[in-house]
Amino acid sequence: MSVVGLADSRTILTPDASPGSPGLRPGSVTATPVIDVRTYSFWYGPTQALFDLTFTIPRRAVTALIGPSGCGKSTFLRSINRLNELIPRTRHTGDILLEGVSVFSRGTDPVALRREVGMVFQQPNPFPKTIFDNVAYGPRLNGLAAEREMPERVERALRRAALWDEVKDRLRAAGTSLSGGQQQRLCIARALANEPEVLLMDEPCSALDPAATQRIEELMVELKQNYSIVIVTHNMQQASRVSDFTGFFYLGRLIEFGDTKQIFTRPSDERTEAYITGRFG
Amino acid sequence: MNARRVRRRVVNGMMTGLVGVLSFLAVLALVLILGNLVVKGGSSLDWNFFVKNPVPAGESGGGVANAIVGTGIIVGLACLIGLPVGIGAGLYLAEFGSGRLGWIVRFVADVLNGTPSIVVGIFAWTWLVKPMGHFSALAGSVALAILMVPMLARTTEEMVRLVPHSLREAALALGYPRWRTSLRIVARTALAGIVTSSLVGVARIAGGLVLLLAVAARSAIRQGPPHGAAR
Ligand SMILES: Nc1ncnc2c1ncn2[C@@H]1O[C@H](COP(=O)(O)OP(=O)(O)O)[C@@H](O)[C@H]1O
Ligand SMILES: [Mg+2]
Repeated sequence: MSVVGLADSRTILTPDASPGSPGLRPGSVTATPVIDVRTYSFWYGPTQALFDLTFTIPRRAVTALIGPSGCGKSTFLRSINRLNELIPRTRHTGDILLEGVSVFSRGTDPVALRREVGMVFQQPNPFPKTIFDNVAYGPRLNGLAAEREMPERVERALRRAALWDEVKDRLRAAGTSLSGGQQQRLCIARALANEPEVLLMDEPCSALDPAATQRIEELMVELKQNYSIVIVTHNMQQASRVSDFTGFFYLGRLIEFGDTKQIFTRPSDERTEAYITGRFG
Repeated sequence: MNARRVRRRVVNGMMTGLVGVLSFLAVLALVLILGNLVVKGGSSLDWNFFVKNPVPAGESGGGVANAIVGTGIIVGLACLIGLPVGIGAGLYLAEFGSGRLGWIVRFVADVLNGTPSIVVGIFAWTWLVKPMGHFSALAGSVALAILMVPMLARTTEEMVRLVPHSLREAALALGYPRWRTSLRIVARTALAGIVTSSLVGVARIAGGLVLLLAVAARSAIRQGPPHGAAR
């Protein structure tokens, strides 16, 4: 089970197939993948952006998506929480299952879906509100907590995002008054406050300095105890440092998916090797 | 070296003086007009002027209370009709207005924006005053609301478009439905701009009001005071 091609990539992701992988703790609920992508294709108007993606994303692990700019990584992420469908004249074929249920099925409420699937963007984007209100935003909408339980919930989310100690004395300050790295952790806290199962991160560190980047990386390793994380990154070191699984996208196709160690040491496709050794992209 | 510095300083002084004189001239006209008003009219301005109705020409005393109240009623009613419609249309244009309907709404708003207020006045007269049989504050308000809506829609649209896309996405990604995202994030972040454009809209129709009243006033001499506007 060392080198995996696209066709049989799903087999590697069952826990028995990769028992030693760092993200899969023995005995934990890893039997089923959290996300199951089935021949998923996506179009912006007449232009096809994603081609026949088929792979699964394991539960409670960090999965990195790498590939040159414009290869469809963001498009794929935004398909999972259906943000893409708000763009006019887009369409898709195939399916994406979250916890075994199609995110596109009639019964799936996009609002409920986005509560299960949190997202963090490239640029930190706190609302022009207080730190407290930023974190409470999701739970308030979703009626997840009564207002008197809100402080507790906000604190829990901020602690999980490793921001609590820095902001506990100024929860009423504007979210935008924080530094870039703190703002990004605030955005992570905001996503976590909904208590999602999956956290999508689209190049979350590319606007941050190295110290702030390191904080976020440490945070990701911690968060995977409780969340399934999918991160898009252009930073190869970052992918190899924090992720358990890596998928390489190229021109809208998933070229290779597998154990991060294997992808970075023995890639099976020469394009993957060319990309991670910096020969293109 | 030194001569150049002196020259630079002289030119700088001259230009500063010149723009100073020009701005003084610009303000002078306003000062003269207002001064004249205050000096000549100030004596007749007392409490009675605001709280009493006009008296027949030739008699002394009286005030413009009816005009003030009438303006308030008409503008207030116009805002009640115009603000929701205008702001709502602006939100629609900014959020969903990329299709054909958006194009049509935008085009109509632009045409209405360029329509002289007298045309709108005639429209209101034909469709409201004539069928109802008499002048009314309501007819006036509707006419003014029509003046107000297109500019409000367009400025609201501009303001909403200024809200960063990333904020919108953040709200959507948290599970906010699209309409709530519009209302809460977008409208609130754009609120200051929308308030400003509402004020400008009110100012514009208050200006239009003068014209409307002038038209109505003539008939009013024959027909009696506009219903509701005069008291
Ligand atoms: N809103 C859009 N409308 C049309 N084409 C788009 C849109 N967003 C992305 N694309 C196109 O889809 C392709 C994939 O983009 P994206 O998913 O953003 O790539 P990546 O995140 O890997 O850099 C690119 O060719 C891009 O030009
Ligand atoms: Mg991208």
